[in-house]
Amino acid sequence: MKGTYVVYRKELYGLFASPIFYVVAFIFLTLVGYFFYSSVAYYSLLSFQAGRNPFLSEQLNLTDMVLEPFFGSISVVLLLMVPLITMRLFAEEKKTGTVELLFTYPISDRGAVLGKFGACVSVLALLLAATLPAMFLLEAFTNPPWPTIMGGYLGLLLTCSAFVSLGLFASSLTQNQIIAATVAFGALLLLWIIGWAETLVGPTLGSFLKYLSLLTHFDNFARGILDSRDVFYYLLFTLFFLFTTLRILESRHWRG
Amino acid sequence: MIEVENLTKLYGSVVALRQVSFRVDQGEIVGFLGPNGAGKTTALRILTCFMPPTSGTARVAGLDCQQHSLEVRGKIGYLPENVPLYPDMTTRRFLAFAAAAKGVSRSRTGQEIERVMEVCTIASVAERLIGHLSKGYRQRIGIAQALLNDPAILILDEPTIGLDPTQIVEIRSLIKELGSERTIILSSHILPEVSQICQRILIINNGQIVATDTPANLTVQLQRNLQVYLEVEGPRTEVMRKIEAMTGVLEVKPTNGESSYLIETSRGQDLRPVLARTVVESGWQLRELKLQDLSLEDIFMQLVTDEGAGEKQE
Repeated sequence: MKGTYVVYRKELYGLFASPIFYVVAFIFLTLVGYFFYSSVAYYSLLSFQAGRNPFLSEQLNLTDMVLEPFFGSISVVLLLMVPLITMRLFAEEKKTGTVELLFTYPISDRGAVLGKFGACVSVLALLLAATLPAMFLLEAFTNPPWPTIMGGYLGLLLTCSAFVSLGLFASSLTQNQIIAATVAFGALLLLWIIGWAETLVGPTLGSFLKYLSLLTHFDNFARGILDSRDVFYYLLFTLFFLFTTLRILESRHWRG
Repeated sequence: MIEVENLTKLYGSVVALRQVSFRVDQGEIVGFLGPNGAGKTTALRILTCFMPPTSGTARVAGLDCQQHSLEVRGKIGYLPENVPLYPDMTTRRFLAFAAAAKGVSRSRTGQEIERVMEVCTIASVAERLIGHLSKGYRQRIGIAQALLNDPAILILDEPTIGLDPTQIVEIRSLIKELGSERTIILSSHILPEVSQICQRILIINNGQIVATDTPANLTVQLQRNLQVYLEVEGPRTEVMRKIEAMTGVLEVKPTNGESSYLIETSRGQDLRPVLARTVVESGWQLRELKLQDLSLEDIFMQLVTDEGAGEKQE
């Protein structure tokens, strides 16, 4: 673990010094703002109509109409954006040769991986925190279910850590940042929607694919359902890719 | 301090190092000399634990580079080839990162950074982004980061490449100065540099060490023949014929000049007086006559082009 904090600080600085972060943050917040506005606007429109329709008003609630689509859309935006933030982590160091500095300093591989991972997750947590004002805005007009909101944010944070771990892994494979981003995005997208194949394959494989899917587990969080299986899934996902990243880095010791 | 035994490194099927063994004692400045692609960088990368050897062992201060990687890395200051640095950091920030990575305590960091910046004269660019600096400054920042935490061993891969002549002189004297209390290995393909700075030279070619000795000894050992430069005004064929007939002359080569010749003579025999007399007696005009020292450059060329000579020296 030696050097985790050193690498963490360096990466944090690197992220804030790079224009990629600001572009990603700007686009992310713009999109999230748009999604929030449109779902809230739609909700208020329906609420007006529901005033004349008692059946409809029974079905209207903030969680279904605003929070779930809000968290869902954030997670999709993250799916697009996280690979762009993680692509440089190892690929850039390999390309510029600074990896030779990094790995000849007395820093363990594990420290380097955890430091980079931690820095990315911290930055994404910051981005997520920047979307909180939307929730406070809801507070001004209605009584939002805060436990559901907290569950949603926990889900987003876990999603971020899972995405970053896969992005980190992709970045450790190559010295080309575009390839790293493409691999990460492709793999994430596939894992996101793999559950859709549920109906096409047999029931055993189907439920397996459904369990494998990032989307299945995220949906629960978005609805405010906190299930230990989902938390466990995300942690396992993250650990798995951190572990494989470490193995990839170690492979330099035996590869020709 | 550094012991290397039977080091072999393969990149796929390409042999980068072949059964290389050497040792470097404490306080020595040793130069790795070889043409590009000879295996210098590979050897240094193995010593700095960046990559493991295919077979063989490398030990630094008694610790195996593979088993005690972190400890070994803590003892070494390394300047990689091409000096990779983080371009979006300022000099000071980069040095702070390097210091922290090397385990310099927080209270000493500021002081340590000031020290290495002074030694490498980079204090003037402390707040500038590394990406905006010239090659010379970057090279010196590279050396500065290697000096952080005062490592007992310095490994410098081509430390003067890309510098202007004044900077080269500065860096060389800096390395010499540092070498008074440290063990230094540096690699280069520039001969005068190595012969000026280093106490011992390892000449490496095609992944093998072909010679190792002090610069002076190498010159003496390998000077098998003496060369005499002669410039004389006279009919070329006549001159050639007459000189070739003399005892002790091995070969006469006309050089590019109008009337100059390089005469190879066997060792331990100074033919200059005899040559002078012959020229004068033949009625030609003697313009110049001098002994040509075989430079280290020639020896190096001999070693890396002529495998046979190299093996004899091993």
